Amino acid sequence: MAKKSYRQAINEALMQEMERDHRVILMGEDVAGGMGAEGEDDAWGGPLGVTKGLMDKCGRGRVLDTPITESGFIGAAAGAAATGLRPVAELMFVDFMGVCFDQIYNQAAKFRYMFGGKAVTPLVIRTMIGAGFRAAAQHSQCLYPVFTHIPGLKCVMPSGPYEAKGLLIQAIRDDDPVVFFEHKMLYDIEEEVPDEPYTIPFGEANIVRDGDDVTIVAFSRMVHVAQEAAAALSKKGVECEVIDPRTTSPLDLDTILESVENTGRLVVVDESSPRCNVATDIVAQVAQDGFNFLKAPARMVSPPHAPVPFSSALEDLYIPNASTVTEAIAEIMPDKVIA
Amino acid sequence: MQLSRDDLLKAYRSMRTIRAFEDRVHDEFATGDIPGFVHLYAGEEASAVGFCMHLEDRDRIASTHRGHGHCIAKGCDVDGMMMEIYGRKDGLCGGKGGSMHIADLSKGMMGANGIVGGGPPLICGAALSAKTLGTGGVAIAFVGDGASNQGTTFESMNLAKVWDLPAVFVVEDNGYAESTSSRWSVSAEEIVHRAEAFGMPGHQVDGHDFFAVHEVAREVIDRARSGGGPSLVEVKLNRYYGHFEGDAQTYRGEGEVERLRQTIDCLDLFRSRVLEAGLLEAEQLDEIDAEAKAQIDRATAGAKAAPMPTRADLLTDVYISY
Repeated sequence: MAKKSYRQAINEALMQEMERDHRVILMGEDVAGGMGAEGEDDAWGGPLGVTKGLMDKCGRGRVLDTPITESGFIGAAAGAAATGLRPVAELMFVDFMGVCFDQIYNQAAKFRYMFGGKAVTPLVIRTMIGAGFRAAAQHSQCLYPVFTHIPGLKCVMPSGPYEAKGLLIQAIRDDDPVVFFEHKMLYDIEEEVPDEPYTIPFGEANIVRDGDDVTIVAFSRMVHVAQEAAAALSKKGVECEVIDPRTTSPLDLDTILESVENTGRLVVVDESSPRCNVATDIVAQVAQDGFNFLKAPARMVSPPHAPVPFSSALEDLYIPNASTVTEAIAEIMPDKVIA
Repeated sequence: MQLSRDDLLKAYRSMRTIRAFEDRVHDEFATGDIPGFVHLYAGEEASAVGFCMHLEDRDRIASTHRGHGHCIAKGCDVDGMMMEIYGRKDGLCGGKGGSMHIADLSKGMMGANGIVGGGPPLICGAALSAKTLGTGGVAIAFVGDGASNQGTTFESMNLAKVWDLPAVFVVEDNGYAESTSSRWSVSAEEIVHRAEAFGMPGHQVDGHDFFAVHEVAREVIDRARSGGGPSLVEVKLNRYYGHFEGDAQTYRGEGEVERLRQTIDCLDLFRSRVLEAGLLEAEQLDEIDAEAKAQIDRATAGAKAAPMPTRADLLTDVYISY
């Protein structure tokens, strides 16, 4: 099986779905790039090259550059979804939700319920999340908890190339609006990805690593951080079970509870801001439904409640890493781990 | 262009049905039986009907808070609408939407909208669907003078022009965004002047005159349908009731509404025009008046007697995983 990057896996999923179904279209700022200029037509293929080449294969009519007007085109994608197309709209950075959120949470997310089940909204919004790019406070946020809060939306958090392809194809085939969060620091990681199309169902966690001592739940890039911590702890005789729920909505709480029942300890690693985030949500739900499983307090590992800083020195302190995860585990296993 | 007798009767019936519907909702709201917020379209009927007469089910419209008129003009079921307004299980949206979210996508009605300016981006999408799938359909965003100032409206006019979409933007300027006069809140001398800024044709029309609206609507819809791109139409009209039911309208001039009703009511103007021209008989119009009233009586009685949704309906039609 060929190794492919996260970027290639996403590109391939888009290409295969556009070939399969003529109703699938792409739109967004610079998804082709170069529109109306004298140079190359498909100049960018998205700011980080994720959609490069799709216009050549699928045509201008299905890969639509937009003006920088997120309300206009995200709303257009919602309207197109409700009227027969299956648009994949790219919100370049999730930080830009502030200039189009009404069209997502008041319009697209509510059509099906508000209209008594008579509307479907097969819309996918692809958007970039995450810190580490030295992109500063307005291009580095995660913000997925805000979307997770909204009924009617599905929220997908691929942690690697294999996941990205299968989850994106699932998203495009889903009849509900799906927000697909791509971590900008993952685009170049590679792993084996099948050439043929495949789907990964939403709401089914992936147990990335087995272990009996601690359950670590992590999303997106933090899955890699959790794995790094788990590998280090294994050398000290502590075996961590690492769970990647893959989607925050729906959330596979059952797999988390089963693991916590076995390990008795829970650490949730969440790169989003610490108040009312997915970690607080998971810990609250485990406290409600699995309190008796816990041998120690649950721990949440998140950045501090501050904007993402620019300076590399500060940003590296801001982002959770394997050491902060290990420290959290040391707090609940003081006899076993010296952080 | 001359309308056929059938079209004249159809237009009058549609306008009269809207008026009867809205007058009845006004009366029933006052009794306390109708829950929530209701925004009535009475006085503006010529606009919705003048445009929607040209449309088919494949054509889409997005509406405003004040959406009942657009619904009826686009062919939504009046019984289902009334049940929806009463929150009944068999309402057009199963009682889950209410007055501000009435929709029937099978009729091309993409919803009244609780967000001022919520509709225009959706209409760009509907127009894009029509263009991409080659349906030959067009899409119309009805907005008020309030939404004419929203960024979403500007973004959508720009996008529709850039993408060359079969879209029409209809600004129904009834003089008030909630309680604030459009003379104050709209920076432009005339809303229609904004069309030029987006490089699209602009038209201004007297919204009390069904025939004038119908003619302009024909032109802009034909243009959109034949690949000529988007247009803006400013419709000058008036509403008889408040922004919402319960609005005392103390911001309006003394006798303002009464004067409007007596001098430029769109139904009265229609009636006198067709009678003077000998196009229809008074008895035909009287019959429609009686039929519309009876239809709304039935719809109201039916809605009051209809069952409410139950717990079993609470979590259907939404993705639930919690």
